[in-house]
Amino acid sequence: MLTILFDGIAYGMVLFVLACGLSVTMGLMNFVNLAHGAFAMLGGYITVILMQRLGVPFLLTLPLAFIGVALVGVVLERVLYRPMYGKNHLDQVMFTIGIVFMAVAGADYLMGSSQQIIKLPAWLQGRFNIGGVGIGKYRLFVLVVCGILAFSLQWGFTKTRFGSRLRASVDDARVARGLGIPVNRLFALTFALGSGLAGLGGALGIELMGLDPSFPLKFMIYFLVVVTVGGTSTITGPFFAAMLLGVADVAGKYFVPEIGAFIIYVLMVILLIVRPDGLFARGRA
Amino acid sequence: MSTLEDRVRASLLASRRWHGAEIAFWLLALAVFWLFPRNLLLLNEIAILALFALSLDLILGFAGIVSLGHAAFLGLGAYAAGLLAKHGIGDPLVGLAFAMIVSGLAGLLASPLIVKGNDLTRLMVTLGVALILHEIANSWGSLTGGADGLQGIAINPVLGLFSFDLFGKTAYLYSLSVLFVLFLVARRMMNSPFGLSLRAIRDNSLRAAASGVPPSQRLALIYTIAASYAGAAGALIAQTSQFVSLDVLDFHRSADVMLVLIIGGPGYLYGGMIGAIVFKFLQDTISAFTPQYWMFWIGLFLVLFVLRGRTLIHGGVKLIMSRLPARVRGKRS
Repeated sequence: MLTILFDGIAYGMVLFVLACGLSVTMGLMNFVNLAHGAFAMLGGYITVILMQRLGVPFLLTLPLAFIGVALVGVVLERVLYRPMYGKNHLDQVMFTIGIVFMAVAGADYLMGSSQQIIKLPAWLQGRFNIGGVGIGKYRLFVLVVCGILAFSLQWGFTKTRFGSRLRASVDDARVARGLGIPVNRLFALTFALGSGLAGLGGALGIELMGLDPSFPLKFMIYFLVVVTVGGTSTITGPFFAAMLLGVADVAGKYFVPEIGAFIIYVLMVILLIVRPDGLFARGRA
Repeated sequence: MSTLEDRVRASLLASRRWHGAEIAFWLLALAVFWLFPRNLLLLNEIAILALFALSLDLILGFAGIVSLGHAAFLGLGAYAAGLLAKHGIGDPLVGLAFAMIVSGLAGLLASPLIVKGNDLTRLMVTLGVALILHEIANSWGSLTGGADGLQGIAINPVLGLFSFDLFGKTAYLYSLSVLFVLFLVARRMMNSPFGLSLRAIRDNSLRAAASGVPPSQRLALIYTIAASYAGAAGALIAQTSQFVSLDVLDFHRSADVMLVLIIGGPGYLYGGMIGAIVFKFLQDTISAFTPQYWMFWIGLFLVLFVLRGRTLIHGGVKLIMSRLPARVRGKRS
């Protein structure tokens, strides 16, 4: 029972790392980016390629996945995404779906359609047993890494100058711009950070979620759930939303495997009916 | 002395009048039956896709509802018609009506979720509903056949006279007739005060509400209608191919139909049909030399389309459309 809770939390943590970049970019530019999963997939494949073909140790691939995807994010933001900010949501949706389709077919072409498997280092395999509760070592590792990330993000978001500028821009980009905050540059930075985190999440998630070319489509809904349920103006909102989703998903698949996949959809629809502005929405003037 | 009401009435009547290009379009659609007797199966697919896109046009082009899960109603209609035929009632028109009712009811049930909320919530909810239905169809294998698809559908001849054949003769004419009739209804509806009020809501919902249009009711109504249209398209798929697979509920259906509509241009009813022709033609050509990576090209097409050529196709069509009536008007005055 507690094992499931633990697995759910670890799963939720990965979801949070994957989705938090999306929530900030969505809030900041009001940009519907369905292609976020493609960045995560890229991170996953970077790790896979580095480990399988070049023999780089797992731990080292994680920061490389982060940096690689962040760089790609910066370039794409400059070249492709920027012209899209002024367009309407429909155009943005079409555009990002196009990117997803290209990513899916491209990954299929380059890497093959099979599930990718990585070999974790020995010290991350197996599980502890603490007081009758089985705890997977890798899950604990994920939990620690993502926990540290979440805390530092929360700290950066609330305590630093960068964070307060970012929050100001999310709340009202026009006023922020008027006050001399370089919103565009801020956004490019955030986009890079967000896609880098997605890449890192994708790399961490290979073991938990699997990795194949349909990854961006399969998990698109999860990211969107985290963002819409969690709201876009905080870090804590998406964090709790991701936890909730992770635990519900793992528990659902464990206890009622036949209908497991429904649970998150139903949960999402219900949440959207009850709280259309997100679970932790602040009153926005 | 012309009051505003008179002017609105006159403009609605004017837009209701049939245009030469429209008549030519439908005559051409009928003529291809004899012109391309070998491509009737493809033509049938185009007609069905056009109907599906017309359904999306009703909510997206006229009411401004962005949907990422329109395939939900397509699939529901397909399964409804397929199941009805499988369990003994093989009359296609009855199946069509049944599918439209089932999908319409589903649309009505889903409409409260659509009516409130912004674009993002709508995207989520439509996507979520489509995924839920896909899951249901997948796991409820005893009813739907699961991943193997629904087999053993037997469809009686249309009106008891025209039986479905291998070459798609009956199929194309049947689909085209259904498309035409439903198009007529949609055309009449969009050129009525109801259609006008939808456009008002799309352009400024707050202002529409202030001038006495109840946005939520109207949106719920059009969403229900559009859902039943999509159901009709689904029924056509089930009946003309006599098979229903999980594919009808797949996400790519929802994305494709959006692309179709955007290619043709939303908001003037013909967009879906023109888009369907272009789309199927593209798909046929591209997948002829690279069937596996068709998805990549469609993605590239989407990206380029949004970035640059959005106005290429439907802009051209609109240009022709806007020139023609100018000439007709010129003659009259």
